[in-house]
Amino acid sequence: MSDKSIDRVAAATPAPVARKIRGLSDRAIAWIFVAPTIFLLLAINIFPLIWTIQLSFTNYKANRIGREVKNIGLRNYERILTDSDIWLNMQATAHFLFWTIFFQVLIGFTLAWLINKKFKGNDLWTTIIVLPMMLSPAVVGNFWKFLYQPQIGLFNYIVTWFTGAEPSSFEMLGSVDLAPWSIVIVDTWMWTPFVMLICLAGLRSIPDYIYEAAEIDRASKLRQFFTITIPMVLPFLMLAVLFRGIENFKMFDLVVQLTGGGPGSTTELTSINLKREAFEKWRTGYASAYAIILFVTVFGLASIYVKALNKVKER
Amino acid sequence: MKHLKLATVSALTLSAASFGSAASAEDLTLCWAAWDPANALVELSKEFEAESGHTMNFEFIPWPNFADRMLNELNSGGKLCDLLIGDSQWIGGGAENGHYVKLNDFFDSAGISMDDFAPATVYAYSTWPKGTPNYYALPAMGDANGWFYRKDWFTDPEIMAAFKDATGRELGEPKTQKEMLEIAQFFQGREIDGKTVYGASIFTERGSEGITMGVTSALYPWGFKYENTPGSYDMEGAVNSPEAVEALEFYKEFYKTATPPGYTNSYMGESLDAFKSGQVAMAMNWFAFFPGLYADPNTGGDKIDFFVNPPQNQAGSTLGGQGISVVSYSDKQDAALEYIKWFANPEVQAKWWSVGGYSAHNSVLQDPGFKDSAPFAGDFLEAMDAVQDFWQEPAYAELLLAMQKRIHDYVVADQGTAQEALDKLIEDWTEVFEDEGKL
Repeated sequence: MSDKSIDRVAAATPAPVARKIRGLSDRAIAWIFVAPTIFLLLAINIFPLIWTIQLSFTNYKANRIGREVKNIGLRNYERILTDSDIWLNMQATAHFLFWTIFFQVLIGFTLAWLINKKFKGNDLWTTIIVLPMMLSPAVVGNFWKFLYQPQIGLFNYIVTWFTGAEPSSFEMLGSVDLAPWSIVIVDTWMWTPFVMLICLAGLRSIPDYIYEAAEIDRASKLRQFFTITIPMVLPFLMLAVLFRGIENFKMFDLVVQLTGGGPGSTTELTSINLKREAFEKWRTGYASAYAIILFVTVFGLASIYVKALNKVKER
Repeated sequence: MKHLKLATVSALTLSAASFGSAASAEDLTLCWAAWDPANALVELSKEFEAESGHTMNFEFIPWPNFADRMLNELNSGGKLCDLLIGDSQWIGGGAENGHYVKLNDFFDSAGISMDDFAPATVYAYSTWPKGTPNYYALPAMGDANGWFYRKDWFTDPEIMAAFKDATGRELGEPKTQKEMLEIAQFFQGREIDGKTVYGASIFTERGSEGITMGVTSALYPWGFKYENTPGSYDMEGAVNSPEAVEALEFYKEFYKTATPPGYTNSYMGESLDAFKSGQVAMAMNWFAFFPGLYADPNTGGDKIDFFVNPPQNQAGSTLGGQGISVVSYSDKQDAALEYIKWFANPEVQAKWWSVGGYSAHNSVLQDPGFKDSAPFAGDFLEAMDAVQDFWQEPAYAELLLAMQKRIHDYVVADQGTAQEALDKLIEDWTEVFEDEGKL
């Protein structure tokens, strides 16, 4: 008898089990191993999705168990897509998404580029910079709420120091013009370190010999940056944009803590609006249609983006 | 030997009695919002525990999450709460969705008469459909939105003189909504004791019910009505009447010209903070907080006084308060009903008022000494005579959230006009009632 581990496992298998398995093909055994995972995926992913699609064509309300559930066709979808308030929520989400990603990529890449330089205290600075993303969004939301407080908040005093304006003369969270920017600032503060870490991984993956070859070819630093650094970090940057895009599309906790969607509905992102429809108004059918529309949007955009990402990687 | 037998029999009797008591003793859980009166109820309930042998547990949820948390609990058929002191607006849903036990038979058998409670509270907290003798709760905590102010500032000769110079009238408790705004504007940005103070703190909260409860305190005195004919759901001309538009414009002016900066999302807690920190001359809040405010060592006592929500075209206050219901999913309904029977007792109701709860029992409210029993007691009675409540329909959450959005959009976010806000509100509410099959 050989001493291979497979033989040892076979020898250790109880005779009744061995008898049962002996008649099965490799494919069948593979299915036996994979089946629990597939079952779990079906139960917690696919089944709810199908059920949500089904509910989206009804007037179902989860808090009214005895109420007759009617099939209303595409009425929920029609209502959502023609509701001007929902389009305003979409615009608020797009504003938040675009500017947070823009600033996070810009600042995150700059920080990564600086941190990648060898200097004293490099590790300490990296640790300090990544601290915000280790905090809970609820905590971050609450303490930024205090920072933004117009009478005692540090943020207003810092702005005053630069501009000379009265601290209580502007309200970051209470003003229709400033509130959308206030949530962008907080999210950027919190998640720029994440983008920085991904960019840093990209920068450190560039072999030194490429830069050495460029030096020999007398390429300037600027040229090295645009022809070596940027193209080689681009797949990492795009990955960071994908992660942050998906995360911020479903942003909820931070904004709820900061503004609650206000003033008015200025910062009511789609996820906040969806939660209100589903679990405060209990319009389950309507909220299901809303969720499907958002799912299709994110899935569609993400698919296009992943294809673009793969093309960049193949270059 | 005889003594031994007697001792044995006594011991057996005692143990049998204690066993019997233990067997029927239940662990009851009462759910309510986390606020001052809830703490008073914990103290009061110790008497019930001593009398009945049941143990009382309490689940108190902060106000901003109270409706969310409790309605989810009820909708999921949860058994967390045996007793629930739920908001008045939940009564329709509680009754129609089968969350609350109907109490008529129990009231008859326990000798509890709804005639013993203030009619406004019975109507608002107990009945569904409204005004019919179908009871789903016992009035537990009478409440309305009222006002309190810095009496020490109002009686300061310098401030009084400055007010007279500015307005031509004496500084005192406002008799109308417009007088109140004038006073608030007078205090706005004024220096008092070397500190900048502001007019008043009002409700502007967006997430739960805050701004609706605040704005209705202006709408009701202007004569706002939800329907032209009660029960008709005919809202055009009522919800957006010229008086309603004027009241809404008034509330916005109040917010813009007489409140502290940054109070864009403020409710009960923020109102109390603004007052206790000496930022505002006046503040609106529920009467439930008034005992605590009066007892406050820094801004209570001689420094504070209270007034009922001032009238404008008519008297009107926003109803708060709750009834106590037995949750139909509870396995301990008998013990829960025992608690209600105990709580309805006039002596317990008198103690309830004395520890900081607002009894709705006539024996307490009609007591000749009631008006003088606290500096806010008379105002409370006056408020309860003119209270109005929000919709109490099963779909109340949808109706409330629509109003939160439309009012906040107009008052805080400066979007559109008052007329447009109320017109859109009618559209939203019409859609809800159409979904409900009521229109």
